[in-house]
Formats: sequence, C-alpha cells, structure tokens
Amino acid sequence: MEKTWAQMSADEKQEANFQKLLSPKDPEGNDLQFQSPEAEANYKASITRIKDAIQIKKLPDKVPVTILPSMFPYLNAGITVEEAMYDYDKCTAAFKEFILEFEPDMHIGASVAGPGKFYEILDYKLYSWPGHGVAPEHSYQCNEGEYMAAEEYDLLMMDPSFYFRNFYLPRVFGALEGFKMLAPYTSILEMYGVAFNFVPFALPPVQGTFQTLFEAGAEALKWAGAMGSSDGELATLGFPNIVGGFTKAPFDVIGDTLRGTKGIMLDIYRQPDKLLAAMETLTPIMIGMGVGAAQQTGNPLIFMPLHKGADGFLSDEQFKKFYWPTFRQVMMGLIENGCIPFPALEGHWDSRLEVIQDVPKGKTAWMVDQSDIQKAKATLGKNACLIGNVSSSMLNLGTPQDVRDYVRKLIDTVGQGGGYIVSNGAFFDEAKPENIKAMVDTAKEYGAY
Amino acid sequence: MSEQLVNAIADMREEEALKLVKEMVEGDSDPLAILDDAREAMDVVGKRYEEGTYFLPELMLAGEILNQITDILKPELAKLPEVQRHGKVLIGTVEGDIHDIGKNIVTFMLDVNGFDVLDLGVDVSRQKFVEAIEDFQPQVVGLSGFLTLAFDTMKETIDAIQAAGLRDQVKIMVGGGQMDDQVRAHTGADAYGRDAMAAVKLAKDWIGG
Repeated sequence: MEKTWAQMSADEKQEANFQKLLSPKDPEGNDLQFQSPEAEANYKASITRIKDAIQIKKLPDKVPVTILPSMFPYLNAGITVEEAMYDYDKCTAAFKEFILEFEPDMHIGASVAGPGKFYEILDYKLYSWPGHGVAPEHSYQCNEGEYMAAEEYDLLMMDPSFYFRNFYLPRVFGALEGFKMLAPYTSILEMYGVAFNFVPFALPPVQGTFQTLFEAGAEALKWAGAMGSSDGELATLGFPNIVGGFTKAPFDVIGDTLRGTKGIMLDIYRQPDKLLAAMETLTPIMIGMGVGAAQQTGNPLIFMPLHKGADGFLSDEQFKKFYWPTFRQVMMGLIENGCIPFPALEGHWDSRLEVIQDVPKGKTAWMVDQSDIQKAKATLGKNACLIGNVSSSMLNLGTPQDVRDYVRKLIDTVGQGGGYIVSNGAFFDEAKPENIKAMVDTAKEYGAY
Repeated sequence: MSEQLVNAIADMREEEALKLVKEMVEGDSDPLAILDDAREAMDVVGKRYEEGTYFLPELMLAGEILNQITDILKPELAKLPEVQRHGKVLIGTVEGDIHDIGKNIVTFMLDVNGFDVLDLGVDVSRQKFVEAIEDFQPQVVGLSGFLTLAFDTMKETIDAIQAAGLRDQVKIMVGGGQMDDQVRAHTGADAYGRDAMAAVKLAKDWIGG
C-alpha cells in the first residue's frame, strides 16, 4: 500500500513534490498540454536539472541557470513599474517577453510588481509605490517604522492573529481601521453572551472596512488570476515557476515590519527575553505560512528573504542567540514537510557561513549576493545548493565579456561537484540586457558536466 | 571625569548611566564635564564598532543613551557656547530612493565623531544637493542609495555638482547595499564605503580630526 503523506519521511516528501512538478497539471487537474514536444522536454529537463542541483546526490546534466529580477522584466520591455503594477495584461506580456528572450531554467513569476490598485483600495502605508510617493519608473520601497510598540510583545504573544488584526493591520492599511473594533474570535464560546461578540459588525466603521475588503478581494483575485494564467502559459512553453511562496526568519518578521530595525536592535538590550519568546511564538506560524503556500501552489521552493542577520548587523554571539535558532527551526519545519527553503543571503554574510552551514544535506537552496562565493562553497556549499553571485554592479555596468568570464569562473569553481545554479545575486531593476543574455548563454554553453 | 559614567555608557548599562547623570546634575556637576564623559564613552563605542566587537544594537542603544543624556542636560547646556567641530559633511539618499537606515547610522557615527553633519533626508534631488553645498559649504558630501537605480542617480547628482562648478570644493563618498568600486567609478565619486566606520575614516582622512 502507498504511504500516506503523514507516513512519509522528509526525503520521500521532497521527492514526491518533485515528481508532482515533473507531471504538471492544468487548473482543471488534467495533464498539462505543452505547446510542443520540445517545450515538454525543456520543462522536464529544467526541473530535473534543478532537482539534481538542489539534492546534490548526482550531477545534473549541466549547471542550471535562473534569473531572479525585481522590476527588470518590465523596464526592459519598455513599460514603467507603474504600468506593470496597474495593468496586469501589460505586466504578464512583459514578463513573457522577458522569459522568451532569455530562457532561464526556472523563473519566479510575474507577481513581483504586485497589484497597484489593490494597495490603493486598502490605503497601504507600509510601502511607497509609483504614483504614491515614488516616480512611475521606480520600484516600490518600504517605509520603515515602528509599527509595533516596544510594550506590545505580550499582546503579540498572547494571540498573534488578534494582535495583527486589531493593532498591526489598521496601522499599515488605512482602510482597515474598522478592525480595531472587532472582538477576539476566541471569546465566541457558547450560546450565553455569544451575540455580544457580533455587535461590532453593526457599526459603520466596521461595515466600511468590510465593504472595502470585498472590493480589495475582488481586485486581488483578478490579479492572482492573471499571474496564474501567466505561469500556466509559460509552463506550456517549457518554463517552470517552481517557487511556491515565501516565509521569513522570525528575527526579520519582527525587525522588518513590526518593531523596525532600530526597535529590534534596542530590544536585544532592553527586553531580550521578550524578543526571544516572541520569535518562538512566530516560528510555527512561519513554518505554516511556507508549508501552506507550497500546498496551495504545488511548488516546493519556499523563498526566505534574509535581512537583519547579514554581516555588520549583529555580533557573532547575537547572531547565534537571536537570529539563527528560530531561522533554522523554520527551515527544519519546512524540510520536514517536503518543502525546500530558498533563503536569500542579501548583502554580505561571510561571517555567518560557518554557522549557517549546519543544515541537512540536499534540502535547501541559497541565493548568494555579495558574500565570498568560494568561502560559501567550502562551508554552506557542502550541504546546500548555492544560487547566484553575479553582482548587480557587473550586470549594470560591466561588459558581456566581464559577465562571461565571471560565469565561467563560477561554473569552474562553485559548480564543481554540483550544487550550484547560475544566477544574479540580488534582485535588480536595471541591467544591460546583453549582460543578462551573456549570463544565461554562458551557463548553457559552458555549464555541461 | 567620571570613569563610572564612561564605562556605564560604553558597556551599554543604560539604566545605570542615566541614573548617574541625574545624580551628577542634582549634585551640581558641570554639565560640560558630563557631556565630555558621554563623548569619551562614544569614542569607546566607535572604537569597539571599528574593531568588530560592537554592532548595530550597540550603536543604536548608544545613540538612545546619548539622546536621553542630552535631554537631561538641555536646560544647562542652552547657556553654553557651541562646541568646535572638525568639519562639515552633507549627506542624503539620492532621488528616487527612500531608504534611510544605513544613511542614518552613518550620520550618527559622523556626528559622534565630531563632524557637523547636515542630513537632507531621502529622495533628495540633484538641485537640492547643489543648493545645500552652496549654503552649507561642506568639505565632504555623502550620497546614499540602496537600489540599482541609485547607480545612475548618483552619477547624475555628481554631474550636477560638477556643472554647478562645485565639484572641486568637495570630496564625495557613496554608500549603500549594492555599492562597489565599479559603481563608485561609474558615479564619479572619490570613494565608496561599506559601513559607517568606513564613512568616518574617509571623512577623517579628507578633513582631518
């Protein structure tokens, strides 16, 4: 009898997830109809290549190559970021053009731009975006702040969902003011008194918030439909998106958008126990976020952008005490559920490599930005697949020959023994298209094992 | 000098440091001497940051402690003359970019290292930089940027400073997430720095102090 999902080991779950990717389905659940036999062959060869690079059990046929852009596909197609955010057809057309022009082994979908109108409906304050504090041709950017007060840790830990709904969300979405008036759902226990919990829904601010939510939900659905169709069409052309969703290291959850950089750095001294306890509370929630996304999309790679653990932010001791334990727990939880954590080491992480190499072999893939890639290969790279290291400055300001030379060097060194995917190292908006082409073509021409 | 106060600040014992300052003020200590202790402690913090034993938590907490001490001393200090500064640094995040964490840390470190810093904030236009150089007359200009768009915006800003005939009177440093020497050369800046201490070192080399 076949094992149920719950009976499978982490290895078996990961393998099952890859097998699912190798027999893709359309939205109706039927076998995906590829546009040509070549497209089907390319799709499966790409997935197998990436699988082999991640698992480090056997050498792939060649070093895989991907491109991990921010707004580049849109700017390169001659549309502004504003157009990509507000016109979903233009956004997906530009993304398709980008994939067909450069032909990477895997992509991350057209969803990076995001639905501008949706943010507008909810009056999203956490970011500035084109038309809302940023020029049309520029990327959206985070408005860092202290969205969670120093004294709110207990409130967060007591019931994170209640804290998010009644405190955090109304601060970052102007249209969600009405949430402040809602009672905790956990008060709804038995017939006696139950109706009191529902009184807030009769109040105009709450009803206004829900009216806006219906509108926002419709816009989100429209956008998600466009993204899904784009991924589906690109799959039929032979280009898989294997990123299933994202989650974060608990330290970054608190440091990025709740307490902010300054807040979390002060908490390390002023209330270290509360910070540690809150990260423990968030850990299973972050695991669930990644696992849930992978189940919904059927894609096992779970992206984890890493920020405040980079070189220079914390001391080694602070990193080992505050950043690493819960970050590792989140990765382990994802791995146990058959997911593949895909953390991005943004900036420099040289001083952390010795610590973060402690991950099970063949279960993770790491985007490497400006860290010393040879040192990364000798440490983390023993256990994990490395992705990237072609710098934004080279792609932007270098020549195609610079890029070719560098990619060859990466393939010769980091590619040795497998466990490497050629890619840019940091999400980018601007680059010379001929440099992107040189990166992909060099991997394809020179990367055979 | 109160060694106890210097150590309390330098070793991040916030409550003790503030308690000491309050006691000293109540005991009619010279506010300038207290401020000197705080500066000496900041020197220690800066050195430990430079040596790699202190990081952002310590810089940010030191900044908070210093702010609180200055608040306590404010009524006393208002009566005293301005302190002599090493020189002037103008700083800002270039147009189109609104990131400010790195820039704020650099501003803070330059300030505690004795430079007179004018921080123009984020998304600062070329014109604003040029005008501020004319008004503020800095010896050093620091351009910050996190995004790849900043590569060109920094270049355009430096071109504008050149066109205004001001390039020769300032040294220009650039910094931010994706900076390296290739980007530095593209922008036409004199140097780039990877962290706040690099900025302090550049300013000291150029201005002295």
